[in-house]
Amino acid sequence: MKKFKDIDTNKFLLAITIVMFFLMYIAGMIIFNKQGFAKPQVFLNLFVNNAGLIVIATSMTMVMIIGGIDISVGSLVAMDCMILGDLMMNKNWGAWTAMLFVLLIGLVYGSVQGFLISYLGIQPFIITLAGMFFGRGMTAVISTQMISITNETFAAIAQKKITIPLFGTMNKHGKMMYPFIYPSVIIALVILVVMFVVLKYTKFGRSIYAIGGNEQSAMLMGLNVKKTKFCVYVLDGFLASIGGILFCMNTMAGFVEQAKGFEMDAIAGAVIGGTLLTGGVGNVFGSLFGCMIRGTIESFISFQGTLSSWWVRITIALLLTFFIVLQSIFQKIKAKN
Amino acid sequence: MKRKALAIFMCTAMAAGIMTGCGSSASTTPSEAPAASEAPAASEAASSEAPAASEAASTEAASTEAAAEAGESAADEVAKNDGEVLNIGFAQVGAESDWRTACTDSVKSAFSAENGYNLIFNDAQQKQENQIKAIRDFISQDVDYIILDPVTETGWDQPLQEAADAGIPVIVVDRMVDVSDSSLYTAWIGSDFELEGKKACAYLKAYLDAKGFTDTVNIVDIQGTIGASAQIGRTAAFDAAAKENGWNVVSQQTGEFTQAKGQEVMESILKQSDDVNVVYCENDNEAFGARDAIEAAGKKVGTDIANGDIIIMSFDATNAGLTDTLDGSILVNTECNPLYGPVLTQYVQKLKAGETLDHDSYIAESQFSADDTVTSVNVDGTDYAVTLLTQDVLNARAY
Repeated sequence: MKKFKDIDTNKFLLAITIVMFFLMYIAGMIIFNKQGFAKPQVFLNLFVNNAGLIVIATSMTMVMIIGGIDISVGSLVAMDCMILGDLMMNKNWGAWTAMLFVLLIGLVYGSVQGFLISYLGIQPFIITLAGMFFGRGMTAVISTQMISITNETFAAIAQKKITIPLFGTMNKHGKMMYPFIYPSVIIALVILVVMFVVLKYTKFGRSIYAIGGNEQSAMLMGLNVKKTKFCVYVLDGFLASIGGILFCMNTMAGFVEQAKGFEMDAIAGAVIGGTLLTGGVGNVFGSLFGCMIRGTIESFISFQGTLSSWWVRITIALLLTFFIVLQSIFQKIKAKN
Repeated sequence: MKRKALAIFMCTAMAAGIMTGCGSSASTTPSEAPAASEAPAASEAASSEAPAASEAASTEAASTEAAAEAGESAADEVAKNDGEVLNIGFAQVGAESDWRTACTDSVKSAFSAENGYNLIFNDAQQKQENQIKAIRDFISQDVDYIILDPVTETGWDQPLQEAADAGIPVIVVDRMVDVSDSSLYTAWIGSDFELEGKKACAYLKAYLDAKGFTDTVNIVDIQGTIGASAQIGRTAAFDAAAKENGWNVVSQQTGEFTQAKGQEVMESILKQSDDVNVVYCENDNEAFGARDAIEAAGKKVGTDIANGDIIIMSFDATNAGLTDTLDGSILVNTECNPLYGPVLTQYVQKLKAGETLDHDSYIAESQFSADDTVTSVNVDGTDYAVTLLTQDVLNARAY
């Protein structure tokens, strides 16, 4: 009976997010029709701009489902970008080895945090807060200068336009504009789908839901809670580094101020996407839509052209409150049953 | 229950994070400033007066520049747009300092609806990724021109390439962009920090000569945040001038563009050395700190160097800085001009008419002194007028 309720809640929250996204998007297409909001490129830009965030939000969803949190990811992204910049531009590493190294850093980061959280039972908030300070600090130690990444291989991957030869429109500068994406978008979407399958259909994934739903009963069921938690954080560190690389492919620079508050954007995306902070409920596609809602609001402000861009935050704050209230109502109903 | 408490804690923390996130990025703290703000007056200027309308500034600036640039007396006039309304996308850094706000207001009022423009303004909140998004949105909106005041110098190849693919000209202002192919942007206009420094040093030399001061010049350089382009340019000019004129450089330390650090540095210098008579501060905030330190040490700040006054020189010419210039505590204040609006309208009109622009150029900047001994300075063969600062001149300024 309980399990049935869980899935019900999950689906309902997800449905609300998706409906809300489409309503907002259609509203945008009507309001900003003249400025070209209805162009396919505007929609694709939601992915192009947010490839890194989508991966991070996916990973954040997984961590939140198990009942944890990771606020170190923003700093880790900044550190990844800085390391990539430093290795490729100052130390003449190849693009591939630099990227592999960054992924390794992510694994190490995740392992340390995961070990402390799962085996020593420390609050994930505190550990990842430390991780957040550490990452940002290390970024500044590597360099306080901006490093512009001009490595040819890296730039070639990052800037390879994948054009979709459909729906082309002639702009007023006389250029034929076809919708396009970058490879980072494909990588992000592949990771999203893989994570969806892992969470939904593997033993590991089901254990995550079980532990997040009720750690005690999961343990009594014979699940290895500690090991699963540890693995979640290791995977989280790894995915955060992939997110960092994708983020870097968008900004093409390493810089200590980068990705500030990124972790909060990811958490907001996950929560709006129907993930419960208490664990046990969540869906990576919901988080995708959460991120896309954020992107849509940003585009609204940008197309509107006179509103302060701080309205993005204000709107997100309202949406977050709405979803948190909704979630707590569901919690109450669940508790009554 | 424990879990619920945790959930509530998380929500609060997250909400707090969002709130403070805004706060911290809005006010660039000095420690962030080194890398974040290459910009001239990145430090939070203590100016009290909010920027007013820019018409007043235009008139004022036009008159001050008249002597130096008689040929380009229209440099500060807004070029109006006839015919179809032009859509201009303006990607601004943020609103971290008075200087930046003055810049934004100048652009907004120049590209007004009355002048035939539709300005689409985007505040990136000091985040490069926001600015990249803004550029993409401008392209989607098919704007006529994009104006970019970049948050960072790096990482612009991709978005500028997208703009180029869409055939939209991009004008970069203030900070340079570091791209592999400089044809990715149509033009850049910004401050010439080295020239500012040269003008200040030339003024000092001319002033001392005019006063017949022949004793040793014991000079202190309170530098800006190391690595900021304003610091690099102004320090380079200082180093060259000190060497050329045989000034004795007592000390050269960074004041990080802040009043507190400027004061701290000056205090320690005064403890070690008694004969400092000139302080070269690389922005107004440092000058305020240096002034306080000098006065606390029982010395006098002023213009009468022969009788033991310590001369302070400063940059940026913010309202607060000029107020101090007016009462003589700062001898000469060299402007870092934020009023890009009028010149940008001219750029846009030139592009519309099919003319080509100078690829990289500098915005006209003036120099202010409350002392009328020196009326113009010569740098590398060009004469630049020094404006005699009066209350009227100060009142007419936009920031």
